[in-house]
Parts: sequence; structure tokens; C-alpha cells
Amino acid sequence: MISFIIYKAIICLVVFLLSLGVAAYATLWERKFAAFLQDRVGPDKAGPWGLLQPLADGGKMFFKEEIIPNVSNRFLFILGPSLFMLTALMTGTVIPWAKDVNIGGQTYSLQITDINIGVLYLLGVVSIGVYGIMIGGWASNNKYALLGAIRASSQMISYEIAMGISIIALIITAGGTLSIREIIAQQDAGLANVVYQPLGFLIFFVCALAETNRAPFDLPECESELVGGYHTEYSSMKLGLFLFAEYINMFISSAIMAGFYFGGYNFPFAQELYDAMGLQEGSWIISLIGFGAYFTKIFIFICVFMWVRWTLPRFRYDQLMNLGWKTLLPLSLLNLAITVVVEYLRGNIHI
Amino acid sequence: MLGYTITQWLFGILSFLAIMFGLMVVFSRNPVNSVLYLVMTFFCIAGHYLLLNAQFLAIVHIVVYAGAIMVLFLFVIMLMNLNEDTEPQRTWLSKIIAAVAGGLMLFVMVGSLKGAGDMGLQQYGNAQIGFVKNLGAVLFKDFLFPFEIASVLLLAAMVGAIMIGKKEAGES
Repeated sequence: MISFIIYKAIICLVVFLLSLGVAAYATLWERKFAAFLQDRVGPDKAGPWGLLQPLADGGKMFFKEEIIPNVSNRFLFILGPSLFMLTALMTGTVIPWAKDVNIGGQTYSLQITDINIGVLYLLGVVSIGVYGIMIGGWASNNKYALLGAIRASSQMISYEIAMGISIIALIITAGGTLSIREIIAQQDAGLANVVYQPLGFLIFFVCALAETNRAPFDLPECESELVGGYHTEYSSMKLGLFLFAEYINMFISSAIMAGFYFGGYNFPFAQELYDAMGLQEGSWIISLIGFGAYFTKIFIFICVFMWVRWTLPRFRYDQLMNLGWKTLLPLSLLNLAITVVVEYLRGNIHI
Repeated sequence: MLGYTITQWLFGILSFLAIMFGLMVVFSRNPVNSVLYLVMTFFCIAGHYLLLNAQFLAIVHIVVYAGAIMVLFLFVIMLMNLNEDTEPQRTWLSKIIAAVAGGLMLFVMVGSLKGAGDMGLQQYGNAQIGFVKNLGAVLFKDFLFPFEIASVLLLAAMVGAIMIGKKEAGES
């Protein structure tokens, strides 16, 4: 019992530090990537290749003066960014990062918890994520912040629907399991889910962009209209939490896309490679290689997120809503209908 | 612990929190705080569902009520900028009427719950009924007709909402 608690505590801590570390270096990589696309150098003064830049940024955030508007609701003002950060970190708990490791006859799964409704859990946490922004924007007592918060939450609610329906189609292809661990493990043998669900993946990707409030859907933070959007009144580390949570969201949604549609820690000819290396099932080297494969996929997705941000201009608000409700929602319903018919013809659905 | 199992402790704590937050919804002066307390109440109720082994119901409860409906409530309240100063003062008559109506509602609920034991309700399935797979099988096989009726009801509500929200011809 005690060893179980220690092992879970270690996994929790590792996933927590991993999320923070990846998010911190994603901020640096974003600036480097933007610099590359705009033919600049980017941050390169702090440490070699600017590697210490995230630390410098974090330190700066902590030591800046903290201003809480006089008229705002103090408790809710502080609760907003904390809640946003909390929900961003909570999504990482159900993702299996690599295959199980067998140490001394004991099997350890590299996942915080495998709940058999993991997909629903993800949707639940994502749907609560809206509150951080809404509470923060409202408690700022600033019209720009309120408008930004309302934009953010209506956008997130609208795109959640298309995202949910594209996930339903994915679950039907995956044989009806709601456990993320099983969805990823199933892609071990055979093709990745993206082959069966290309349209579903496209819808999911667009929705993930909108859910994380990334460009071209970053209307909640549209500087030309709303100053800073929902975090206009925030300063110091509270602003930092908002910005940081966005990068964690990006990391986790990349991990989910890589897991759901691209096989997670599986990769082509994995078994052949392991056999050639003479590795037994449960060896830590297999887990390490799988973890590396997973992270390569996540890294590629993060790069795509950034590539989209520095390439596409921002949508107009009515265009955003039209895209969500009149294009993505019908498309996802169509995708669901096609999936059901095809899976029925393949004999995977029994009536 | 003190002669109770962990489940009983959890039930007690969750019930206490649910009732406390429920009271806070009514007593808090600021409507936004009321909505947030209501969200907390929903979380406590979702915890009760988890104790009953109904994971699916718990998550759907959070997604639908806390994640969607209460967000819309917050929208309306934030946009109307309700607060203590703009709260309309009620007359004594309306307060008394509200108290009587609420008391009658309590009466009806207590009465119906008291009679629930004699209604011949039977437990359906086993303790695993709340799992998605079992619930889906029961809903789509044994209770298909009531389920379809409920979905038609929801569809009607959806069409109605769109009709009300739609701009009429000539309206700018």
C-alpha cells in the first residue's frame, strides 16, 4: 500500500514537472519559431541559444509589482487564474505516457490513473476550464476583460460540441472503449486511428485550436479590439498563470491528438525493432523508446500549432461562430453518420 | 473510523457540503456568487453519483450542468450586471406568497419521497449498472421507447429555442 502511494506520488510529480517544463520551453520555442518564420534570430542572450530565457521570464513575472484593482472582487480575482491553471494541469492525469514497465516482477503503468471513462473525464475537465477565464474576466471589473471572457467562453462552448461529436466517431472506430489507455494500446497492431478518421481528426484539430484560444481563434485576447482581453487587469504571476496555462493546454491537446489519432507511444515496426534489439515485454528501454516516440509526435503537433499561429490571420468573431456552428458541427455529424454506416458494414456494430 | 465506513464518511461530508452550498446559493447577496455556489452544489451531487457507482451520470452531470448550463447563467448575470444596488425590492405580499409556494413545494416533495418506498420500484441490473457499457445496453434495449420519447422532447425544446432566438423577417 505504502509503495503504491509512493509510486503514484512520484508519477504525479513527474507529470506535473513535465507539464510545467514543456510549457516553459514551449514559450521559448514559440519565440524561436516565430523568429525563424519572420527571418529574425529570436531570444539568444540568456544562456546558450537563449535556453535560460524561460527561467528569466518566470523570475521577471514573480518579481513584478502585483496590482489588484480596487473595486474588483479580490477572492474571485485570485481564483480565476488559479482555476484556469488547475484545470489545465488536471487534464494530464489520464494520459498514458508509455508502455508499462516491469521492475522486479512488479508492473508499473506510466499513467497517473486509468479511469474507464477517461475520454469523458477529459471533456468534463475541459468544460470546467471556462470558469477560470469567466471568473477572472468578470472579477477584473473591466469592460474589455468581461468582453474577452465572454468571447472566450462562448467560443469554447461552441467548439466543444463539434469536438465531442468527433470524439464519439473515434470511440466507435476504437470499438466502444472510453479508456484512453485502451484507445492508444489498440493502435499497437494495425494502423493509427487517423487512417480511419481523417475528417474527425481535422475537426478535432480545428476545435483544439479554438479550445486553447490559439491563433487564428485568439479573439478573446484580440489586442486591436480588447486591449489584452480577459487578462487585461492582471499583472505579475497571475498574468503568468494565464499565459502559462495556455501553453500547458497546448501541450496536453497535442498529447491527446497524438494519442487518439496517431497511436501515442506506438510507431510503425515497433515490435520488429524491439525483437531485433532482443527486448522483453515490460523492459524499461521499450518504455523509454515509446516515450520518445510519443514526445516526437507531441513536439510536431506543438510546432504545427505555432506554425498556424504565425501564418494565419485572426478570424472575425461572426466568422468564428459560423465556422463552429455551420461548418464544423454539420461536418462532425456527417463524419459520425459515415463512421456508423462503415463500421456496421465492417461488422463491428451489432444490432 | 468511529464505526463508519469510508463511503459513509464521504456521503456525510458530501451531503453536508451540498446542503451548505445550496443554502449559500439562496443567502448570498451577489448573484454571481450564487451561481458559483450552485456550481459547487452540482459538484457535490456529482460526487454522490460517483458513490453510487454511476460514473457516467457523474461526468455528464458536470459537463452538462456545470460546464454548459451554469456558464450560460453566468453569461446572463454578468451581462446584466446585477448586484446589490440594482436588486429590486419586493413587497411583503410577494415575499409571503413566495414563502407559501416554496413551503408547498417542500410539502409535495416530502410527500412524494415518503411514498416512494411503496411504489414497488425495483433495482434494475447489478451494482455495475452505472458503467457506460451496461447503462447503454439497458437504455437502448430494455428502455428504448422511454429513451426515444425523452430525445423527442429534447429535440422539441431545441427547435423551440432556435425559433425563439431566430430573427424574424424585417427585424434588424
